[in-house]
Amino acid sequence: MSEQGQRIEVATDQDVVRVRQLVRTLAVAVKLSLVDQTKLVTAASELARNTLVYGGGGSVEVAPVDNGRRKGIRIVFSDQGPGIADLDLAFTDGYTSGGGLGLGLSGARRLVDEFDIVTAVGEGTTITVTKWCR
Amino acid sequence: MERVPVLKIGDILLVSIQIDMEDQVALQLQEDLADRIVATGCHGVIIDISALDIVDSFVGRTLATIAAISKVLDAETVVVGMRPAVAITLVELGLSLPGIRTALNVELGMELLARVRVDHFDDDDEEDAGATGTPAASDS
Amino acid sequence: MTLSADEAARFAALLEEHQESLVTTWTEHVASTLRGRLSHAELQRQNSELRRGFRQALAGSAQDLAGEPAAELRAQLAELSATRARQGFTATETAVSIFSFKDAVLTTIDAASGGDAIALRDYVAFSSFVDEAALFTFDSYVRVREELIADQAEQLLELSTPVVKLWEGVVAVPLVGTLDSARAQVVMERLLQTLVDTGSPYAIIDITGVPAVDTQVAQHVLKTVVAARLMGADCIISGIRPQIAQTIVALGIEFGDIATKASLADALRYVLAKAGQTKQKRREL
Repeated sequence: MSEQGQRIEVATDQDVVRVRQLVRTLAVAVKLSLVDQTKLVTAASELARNTLVYGGGGSVEVAPVDNGRRKGIRIVFSDQGPGIADLDLAFTDGYTSGGGLGLGLSGARRLVDEFDIVTAVGEGTTITVTKWCR
Repeated sequence: MERVPVLKIGDILLVSIQIDMEDQVALQLQEDLADRIVATGCHGVIIDISALDIVDSFVGRTLATIAAISKVLDAETVVVGMRPAVAITLVELGLSLPGIRTALNVELGMELLARVRVDHFDDDDEEDAGATGTPAASDS
Repeated sequence: MTLSADEAARFAALLEEHQESLVTTWTEHVASTLRGRLSHAELQRQNSELRRGFRQALAGSAQDLAGEPAAELRAQLAELSATRARQGFTATETAVSIFSFKDAVLTTIDAASGGDAIALRDYVAFSSFVDEAALFTFDSYVRVREELIADQAEQLLELSTPVVKLWEGVVAVPLVGTLDSARAQVVMERLLQTLVDTGSPYAIIDITGVPAVDTQVAQHVLKTVVAARLMGADCIISGIRPQIAQTIVALGIEFGDIATKASLADALRYVLAKAGQTKQKRREL
């Protein structure tokens, strides 16, 4: 993570709104296209809500990244919650354990370019997503 | 907590969402609308989301619930003004807003509501007479 | 072969001493190769600046074109290449403009020294320096051309996706050419934005000009239709040719309840009929 990264503790609904606004600001700064901004902010909203609702709160770190050829935004969502026991099931469209539409994880994965998840039962979940400028 | 205002115009309740809603605000809107439909006896609800720069699954679900509740209370809901970037994102997200009628802007939304009411009284007509009156995309 | 400091210094002096005749002879050479496509005055100005650049480089003891003393000369050459590339001259014509400097110098040496040996050796050394300079223009030229091509490709992308208003409340996108992912995205965004801007509840996507449809293209078209519906507009796909219809079925692509019409005219008729129905309903009300 570069030093320009910013971190938000997610403990309430309001924090989810703050995550959306921060991601939007940084996405505009690295000149993501309007559609890509919208996709990334939507994904961030889904995942930050997961962190809050399923992870019992946690943190979100947003940072601009540059791989030499392209710029982008990387977001890391981490919580110390119960973790996810069955990843395949969690990624199934329509599956939900919390009364949502069951599109959070699988939908968010479709909205970003890179999606990485590390989870263990009882130890929490860390999800890293990246969206690159076209 | 902020609240989304609900305006009554004739037989229609108009809601224009101008803020980045917290989940609680969305749920509050859902309650307020149900109350206002009963209190006013309106038969149409227009929700203008042209100021929203994203619609995530939570807001999507709230809109679907509002439409379903209104239906039970004998009111039709039309969501208007969805931005192109938002629509593209929703398609990618896999959210198809089943059961929600949509229109490009408030004016077309009002026309649509008027048409739906006509269909309502004219049962010989086929179900989806108006083009914009088709329920928003079904999953395919 | 690199220039020694002595050779460079002697040549710098020579370029200074005979500047007028050099530039005049050089300009004549270049003018004859470019066959009047650049004005004489323009060439004269360019060549006189280049001569100054060469002299400056040599006076600074440049041994080859890569060194620090030749930095300004390199900038001049790059500028020249870029200008010529944009004016539509070929790479060869551009390089020859530099090569012909040698002819001019040879003519001048001939006249000045009457063929003495040192002058000739100097000339050979200088000659390879000019060759490098000419080759440098070649590289710069190619780079600029590539940039131009990339720019044009982008402009083409913009041009090739017009969204036109066909009727009150009806817009159409005639798609022509291959639809790749990037272009499909541009089309999709443009179409949806036009729906909002014009408040048109109907859109016709005409694919008469699309040579082939694969799963990816079909997916893009389908996504556009679904997105338009989410916004409250209806899409009709027209211009599906027999082969494409066969591909669509063979690939198992589901068009679901999306209206498809054989031609743009059919699609328009269909839309107007639908819109007419709607109007009628409103009158009855």
